[in-house]
Amino acid sequence: MIARSLWGGLLTVLAAGSLAAQAQSGGELHFCLHGEPKTFNPILVDDEASENIRYLTGGVLIRLNRQTQSLEPALASSWEISRDRRTITFHLRKGLRFSDGTPFTSEDVAYTIKLLMDPQTHSPTGDAFRSGEGTVDVKTPASDLVAITFPAAIAGLDGLFDQVAVMSAHSPKKEMAVLGPFFVAEYKAGSYVLLRRNPNYWKHDAQGNPLPYLDSIRLDIQRNRDIELVRFRKGELQLIGRLDAEQFERLRHDDPSAARNAGTGLDAEELWFNQVPSAPLPEYKKAWFRTTEFRKAISSAINRDDLCRIVYNGYAKPAYGPVSPANHFWFNSALESPKYDPKSALALLARAGFKFEKEILKDSKGNRVEFNLVTNSGNASREKMAAMIQQDLSQLGIKVNVVTLDFPSLIERMTRTFDYDACLLGLVNTDLDPDSQMTVWLSSGENHQWNPNQKTPATAWEAEIDTLMREQAGAPTDKERKAKFDRVQQLVAEQAPFIYLINKDVLIAVSPSVIGTAPVVLNPQAFWNAEILRLSPGTALGAQK
Amino acid sequence: MNPSRWLRLCGAAFLCAVFLAGLFAGSVTQYSYARQFRESPSAAPSSVHVFGTDNLGRDLFTRVLYGTRISLLLAPAAALLSTVIAAVFGSFAGFTGGWMEKLILAAADLSMALPLLFVLLALRAWLPLDIPPLVSVIATFVLLGLLGWPASLRVVWAAARNLRNSDFLLLAKAAGCTRSRIILRHMVPNLRPVLLAQFWISIPLYILTEATLSMLGLGVMEPLPSWGNLLRGLEDFSIVRANPWRALPLVLLVLSMISFQLILPAQEEIT
Repeated sequence: MIARSLWGGLLTVLAAGSLAAQAQSGGELHFCLHGEPKTFNPILVDDEASENIRYLTGGVLIRLNRQTQSLEPALASSWEISRDRRTITFHLRKGLRFSDGTPFTSEDVAYTIKLLMDPQTHSPTGDAFRSGEGTVDVKTPASDLVAITFPAAIAGLDGLFDQVAVMSAHSPKKEMAVLGPFFVAEYKAGSYVLLRRNPNYWKHDAQGNPLPYLDSIRLDIQRNRDIELVRFRKGELQLIGRLDAEQFERLRHDDPSAARNAGTGLDAEELWFNQVPSAPLPEYKKAWFRTTEFRKAISSAINRDDLCRIVYNGYAKPAYGPVSPANHFWFNSALESPKYDPKSALALLARAGFKFEKEILKDSKGNRVEFNLVTNSGNASREKMAAMIQQDLSQLGIKVNVVTLDFPSLIERMTRTFDYDACLLGLVNTDLDPDSQMTVWLSSGENHQWNPNQKTPATAWEAEIDTLMREQAGAPTDKERKAKFDRVQQLVAEQAPFIYLINKDVLIAVSPSVIGTAPVVLNPQAFWNAEILRLSPGTALGAQK
Repeated sequence: MNPSRWLRLCGAAFLCAVFLAGLFAGSVTQYSYARQFRESPSAAPSSVHVFGTDNLGRDLFTRVLYGTRISLLLAPAAALLSTVIAAVFGSFAGFTGGWMEKLILAAADLSMALPLLFVLLALRAWLPLDIPPLVSVIATFVLLGLLGWPASLRVVWAAARNLRNSDFLLLAKAAGCTRSRIILRHMVPNLRPVLLAQFWISIPLYILTEATLSMLGLGVMEPLPSWGNLLRGLEDFSIVRANPWRALPLVLLVLSMISFQLILPAQEEIT
């Protein structure tokens, strides 16, 4: 018996070893972009498709490891940040070359930073570095040393360089000369982008083999996600970056080995009440929405477990607050998990002067509690959530009218006319650092959705959040920043300006023919480690054909 | 009894049964159309849920019955409205000819050129958010009726133009019949098959348009059911494959449309 299991184990090891040996360098990986890339210039990137191409082609000084969520040296072998958080000094790797053979030096970094910070360039990536008035000073004392000084302190300064792909100052190919694992070889508008292996890429594997393993990546431009899934099933594609719960469930049913759940993601679905003083709503409604007990009662009366189970087939978790547990460092683990408790919701409402009589909830002046809940049309998950919230709140005697609007009309109501009672929408989070959420939390911010663009904070707790967010941005250490942002999360949980509902799982499709995949929750979830991906024999088609 | 008469009887009986079940839905089913049985979403048909449940656990049989009430009453009403408009203006344009014909046809062309969905979207954006779901439904079907006449008008106009130079109209004119008498007593009866066809064709069209409008935020709002929003769940065929009972509203719609066709008088009977 023991001998048989030993043989079995040995055979398994041999088979695994043989598979790894068969897995080859080369081949062409196929997956989809969900829109046309607007630019190949890395500092002008402002859309998802271009961002994916920048990730695969751009060389950065510091790379955020999507799996460990920690920063790792890339083109810079090390870096230091000054105590005042204004200056960052990079020690660059020597002997590196761009894809066209042009040498990489500190001049290229200086050139990139100057372009990035030039107001004429209008770089969306550069906006994160604009901390204050004044110019950015870039010094290049040696070919492998760069010191960049910003006019004011920048929170999470080193992490921002994950988005800055270094461009060549001297290459005639301009932005098409890259330092990343692949370069753009072909582009047919509306059809595909072909990336080929960068022969000058600086990284090697543990055995000293040059990376990347793949010869090329073909990115087909395909907006329709159902067609993408059909093509994946036919074997025409090997990766799908994001699936919805129903697509994932179908794939898991038909091909369990291809369906991969990377775990709870950063994105949240949330609900908020309109607290804008000038909103064209009756005064009694405004008074309800401004009452903390009312908002917290609504939060307690929503059954988040049911939302996760029914709407997302179990591929979601109840949301705690503004930061998902997937954000390892910034998530405040001291927050209480949300509880479904209609009785305590009624008690909270009673404390705030509401009366529950004959299955109807009325305020202290006798107005029936009834509000409209708007969401964007065409999003089946949100429509289902709205219907479930409608039933949950009916148990408190609250009548909810669900209204779906096309997105432009919804945005118009949210940002201009403020003619709505409550809104159900999703928050897409791509950045781990809370500094990226400044416009959400500052009372003067335009994304402070429940009451945006305030001249002075409307409430004491909003004033406290303003102070904490400004203080965390200037705090000298991440530990101090974390302490302040933990307090922000605590205040948001106590006051419930946003009622967080669920965090969706990151659901991915990966063909078993792709070796080396390790799906993660951070973008790009499926191909963050593209340089070490390879195709098993028999699938390596394309580039060699 | 000859087979066609027997079939017509079957169709009429089926439609009566569906109409009555829809009208007295409250007595036929014990559930509310909005109640969610969350422990059994997408459940297969059983003695508890005859048609199974939808993806929120709502009893599909109940929703079909209440949906019937809305769709089978309002879609024919909208179809009647658009057919009446098409009949009046189409036959008038076909009969009179000249500048009046040109004007009516130009108006029809203009209406056809209007992007209907955008008009309705603009209307939804303009309407207040807190209108009750039932008012929203009625407004939708009235609008469909008001905006859906041009295609029917073109068909009616073509048929009326063919009649314009017929001998019996010439005789009627010679006998001194007034224009309105000619249209009402001589033309409209001859246009009956065309008008009936337009009417029956419009009903499923409006039911499906209502389904599309629900997706755009105009139409039947949750939790009110209609055949349209029940059909919406069938956009993804894999859902039907996994839960075949979800296609029951579609089966009902198809059977109802066949029944409508069966009870129509045959062409030869009309003429």
